Amino acid sequence: MIAAVISLGGIGLAAAVALGVAAKKFAVEVDPREAAILEVLSGANCGACGLPGCSAYAKAVVEEGVPANLCSPGGQATIEAIAAIMGVAAEAMVPQVAVVRCQGDNRKAKNKFHYLGLQDCNAAQRIADGPKTCPGGCLGLGSCERVCPFGAIEMTADGIAVISRDKCTGCKKCVAACPRNVIAMTPRPATVHVLCNSHDKGAVVRKYCEVGCIGCQICKKTAPGAYLIEDFLARVVYEQEQDAAPGIEKCPTKCIRDFALGYPEGSSFKAAESRPEPEHAA
Amino acid sequence: MQLKTFPGGLHPPDNKQWSAHKPIEDCPLPEELVVPLGQHIGAPAVPCVAVGDLVKRGQVIGEAKGFVSVPVHAPTSGEVIAVEDRPHPMGRDLPAVVIRADGEDAWGDLLAPLDIAIAGIDELRQRILSCGIVGMGGATFPAHVKLSPPDEKPIDTLILNGVECEPFLTADHRLMLEESDRILSGIAVLQKILGVRQTFIGIEANKPDAIERLSRACADLPVEVIPLEVKYPQGAEKQLILACVGREVPSGGLPMDVGVVVQNVGTCAAIADAVLRGIPLIERIATISGPALVEAKNLRVRIGTPLRKLVEVCGGTRVEPAKIIMGGPMMGMTQLSLEVPAIRGTSGLLLFTADQVSTRPEGPCIRCGRCVRACPAHILPTTIAAYARLDLFEEAEAYNALDCIECGCCTYSCPAALPLVQSIRYAKNAILAKRRKV
Repeated sequence: MIAAVISLGGIGLAAAVALGVAAKKFAVEVDPREAAILEVLSGANCGACGLPGCSAYAKAVVEEGVPANLCSPGGQATIEAIAAIMGVAAEAMVPQVAVVRCQGDNRKAKNKFHYLGLQDCNAAQRIADGPKTCPGGCLGLGSCERVCPFGAIEMTADGIAVISRDKCTGCKKCVAACPRNVIAMTPRPATVHVLCNSHDKGAVVRKYCEVGCIGCQICKKTAPGAYLIEDFLARVVYEQEQDAAPGIEKCPTKCIRDFALGYPEGSSFKAAESRPEPEHAA
Repeated sequence: MQLKTFPGGLHPPDNKQWSAHKPIEDCPLPEELVVPLGQHIGAPAVPCVAVGDLVKRGQVIGEAKGFVSVPVHAPTSGEVIAVEDRPHPMGRDLPAVVIRADGEDAWGDLLAPLDIAIAGIDELRQRILSCGIVGMGGATFPAHVKLSPPDEKPIDTLILNGVECEPFLTADHRLMLEESDRILSGIAVLQKILGVRQTFIGIEANKPDAIERLSRACADLPVEVIPLEVKYPQGAEKQLILACVGREVPSGGLPMDVGVVVQNVGTCAAIADAVLRGIPLIERIATISGPALVEAKNLRVRIGTPLRKLVEVCGGTRVEPAKIIMGGPMMGMTQLSLEVPAIRGTSGLLLFTADQVSTRPEGPCIRCGRCVRACPAHILPTTIAAYARLDLFEEAEAYNALDCIECGCCTYSCPAALPLVQSIRYAKNAILAKRRKV
């Protein structure tokens, strides 16, 4: 009895001492700032910062001096919190928002063939470059919707993706999931966008889509400096901060949209004045 | 006697009665031929003619680029009117040489016939490459590559594939009946190149006339005709080897790993033409069939003939076709229009009516296991497809997605109409793309 108590107790004591010594000797220095930064990040592990997850970003900020303004889901509040922890000046980040550059749903744009296979855009794109006649049009099978960590994307009944500007945090996951590069990142303040991704000539576009950009240059003439036409496709020059709105009315195919006034037809999203701040940043 | 076969597979209605009794007819030359430069597995040929050039029948118009590649030849004489991207049976626009036929159909200078008793093995292989011979069952793998096994993989068996297990198709059947001497000459060439001891011709038992004809022709030769059970995909390479010689190609392996080379009977006939007559691969036999067509036929088609011409020769369509398939209904490629050309892999052209096209939406998998029972590769199609859907490609690979032969038995047997083979192909593609990157 006593022998057992002594021997087991002795083993326990020896192990405790060994563990205590090891804990001191092999202790891993964790910068407290790293844990603090992890606290203020969004925790979505979305990869918008370009690093594999929030803890990797926190570590990179502390150890490698990666800029504090890369967490787009967290927004300005997170940037300021990180800057405060690191003792650096908060650099402004232009918040980004993803836009689906297509309005050619199944009623407005033609299909080359009736696709019956796997309901996934990347799988469909492998069959004769996708069922949609337009080489740049949204296939409407929802690959972006499935990867969005924020539930910001919905598919309309007529088969086109629409991204909520309120829910989108600019993490770019949908951009990577889209096989046709339909989704583009745009500066959040800009609400006017050309919703077309076809570089075909106007006459070709007209054959397959009612709402495609035909490269007619009218928007460019109506709102000088606000638009650029490249390869028969207009785009808003976001850097110029020129008012692009006058071009909307004149567009013959109605492919320019001001998201401040409303979302594309068939979407359940409602235009909102401002974006609510994420809760964790408060 | 029980016929030889493989485990798995299924029995789709064979529908060969429409064309099986129709002798091979020559399809008239079209005015314009579109000859794609990529008609085979491997690197596309590089065009060596320019717009305005006059070409002769059999002249090289595209040169092979790399080992797994073959040259492309002019199917008739005429003028090159364009070298540009044209609609290809793959579903997109790809580089092609467009020739306006002059109607004379004059032969150019052909390579001299070779005497197989004298010619060296390398010379024979080189001739097969120069004449652009590819596997004509539909996969279009360059024949010279298959005939160049490395030294550490000794080949002892040659199997000729006369199975033609795809429904509707009867092109190989007619070839075996009408032109068996071409096949026999080809066998002699292949035997010389491979130095094999035994040769088999596998034919499904639903072609008794072809079995009888070839058995009689081969009576005095070291060639055995094996009647096989009628079952799809009996003509798939690995399943054919298992049925004929009882050897199973290992996972991830090739037929050469079990000492076997398989060639389609059509390829064999083309090899005979190339070696013994110097004629390149510029035409093939194709079955034009399907319920939307007025009359089914077996046609000898020049490569580059628009599909519309083939349909015209068969009397046109009864109704507007709802689905056009190049090749067989199980593994063939659906076509967007009849404006694409026939290529070296065009074993058939099938036109279906709207009521024959399944548009059933997919339902949930009920785990009935029919796809597993039908799968001739012994993989789990439903499991791999589920992983593919979730983009879990490593798991799909662990379940041997790469052993899928894409025969379509799983999709055919699925009561929930799931696109199983498409999902597996999607996973295979992602796995291979990742391997290339690493």
